[in-house]
Amino acid sequence: MPLWEEIILRLIYALLVVIVLMTFCAYTVLAERKVSSWIQNRVGPNRTQLPILGYIPVFGTMLRRIGFSQPLADGLKFLFKEDVTPGHVKKFYYVLAPCLALVPALTTCTVLPFGLWWDAQGNPQPLVLADLDIGLLFILAVSSLGVYGLVLAGWASNSKYPFMGGVRASAQLISYELAMGVSLLPVFLWSSAPGVVHGLNLFDIVQSQQKLWLIIWQPVSALIFLICIFAETNRLPFDMAESETDLVGGFHTEYGSFKFGFFFIAEYGHMIVSSAVFVILFLGGWNFLPFLPDPWPHRALGSVLTVLWFLAKVFFFVFLFIWVRWTLPRFRYDQVMKLGWNVLLPLSIANLFAYLLFFAIFPNA
Amino acid sequence: MAKVIDRKPLTFWERTYLPQILGGLRITFANIWRRSETLEYPEQRPPIPVGYRGAPTLVKDPNGREKCVSCQLCEFVCPPKAIRIIPGSIPSDDPHAHVEKAPREFDIDMLRCIYCGLCEEVCPEEAIWLQDIYSLSGTARDQLVHNKAKLYELGGTRPDSHLKWDKKLAAEKTHDAGAGH
Repeated sequence: MPLWEEIILRLIYALLVVIVLMTFCAYTVLAERKVSSWIQNRVGPNRTQLPILGYIPVFGTMLRRIGFSQPLADGLKFLFKEDVTPGHVKKFYYVLAPCLALVPALTTCTVLPFGLWWDAQGNPQPLVLADLDIGLLFILAVSSLGVYGLVLAGWASNSKYPFMGGVRASAQLISYELAMGVSLLPVFLWSSAPGVVHGLNLFDIVQSQQKLWLIIWQPVSALIFLICIFAETNRLPFDMAESETDLVGGFHTEYGSFKFGFFFIAEYGHMIVSSAVFVILFLGGWNFLPFLPDPWPHRALGSVLTVLWFLAKVFFFVFLFIWVRWTLPRFRYDQVMKLGWNVLLPLSIANLFAYLLFFAIFPNA
Repeated sequence: MAKVIDRKPLTFWERTYLPQILGGLRITFANIWRRSETLEYPEQRPPIPVGYRGAPTLVKDPNGREKCVSCQLCEFVCPPKAIRIIPGSIPSDDPHAHVEKAPREFDIDMLRCIYCGLCEEVCPEEAIWLQDIYSLSGTARDQLVHNKAKLYELGGTRPDSHLKWDKKLAAEKTHDAGAGH
């Protein structure tokens, strides 16, 4: 295949993945609104209606009740609202910040393997945009860049609440990044068993869990990582950067219309990508169930099934994010710091040493 | 009888907060399956209790006579001065000419009304009633000043059997005919 065809094909793949991710973001927003309304015994968005689809007797009413076209209405609202730039902001950085928040959220999805296909020899190959050998490092590096958007927004807004939001975001990132990284080291120890070349490759990590999901084998790592991704994605109970109740809107107080929409999409994009990372690392990705062989047929249908099974797990985690948000109240800022430094970091180090000892004593486990 | 309650320290498991978090998640998850309490407002309306004080209206009696005799008691009792009445007389060829007076104009400024119900309470003719109308809207201020026609449209007919003025007319007729004491 000539180079230019390769490039065009890659561009199309990338566009597809981004479009799918954006659609998921939009529908995660809807899911958030719907699940929150159910938990609070409300109805949730149920008024939007599409012209032709809405007139189909039963189906149209059902679509309206579940708020099927609500994401469209939300998006249009963001687009057509007046785009206000307050006079006191630092203009260049003020505009740059939402882009900086969105780009890492969309970039991380390039290295996520989301399914399998089988080549002519019957060997499993990952469905992924870029099969990096250091996939996990790439995700850790890029997803933490997202906080720069928040910090920059807080600073460029040039007003006190966004500033405090930005400061909190950066403090929180530093405290949780450490525990997160350390909690993942046992995963690497597991995946880079003797004889494996790419221990950091996400595809290899998934394939190494065909028998045993890592959440069963390393539950403490999984728990610490889960808590840390809640903090990394700025979701309740750790949404220090936003804290509507004490900081108005936190870092995005001064933002409106589509610039706010960027932050919004970025938050949900982060949520989906983090869920996917958790599924890949601890829930065995597209592997069917622990201790059972995969039932996927080695054909195109099997590939589709792996993708669907993977997405089902991801959506469960997205639901968990939403569920936790409407269950737990927000931590106080000092409690967040205390939890990060006094509990999670020592616990993750202890966890690492436990597995180090285990692997040192039983090198062939 | 004194009862000694054993105050146990928190166990390790409890001090991790995880059981409480799981308990909270269980409660919210159970809530998802409960019926929603929402009333979908414009289509569904809440039941209005008897005696609810909504918008004040003017009513007619079962014979279609307007009950207000423009005594202006409501106008003077109205704390926010929302009622404005211009009294008028009833033409002599009207079947209800014996009532003598009726309002020529009767305006209630709904932007001033505080729904206190004093007008209803003070009215000697039971002509003004606060009804179950709770949702008023308009695109201009003068749309929310209810004039006499609007007040009767909202009020309708009150099915009471006092028929005070008809009885008085009948009594006067019997009296003129020489009956009575």
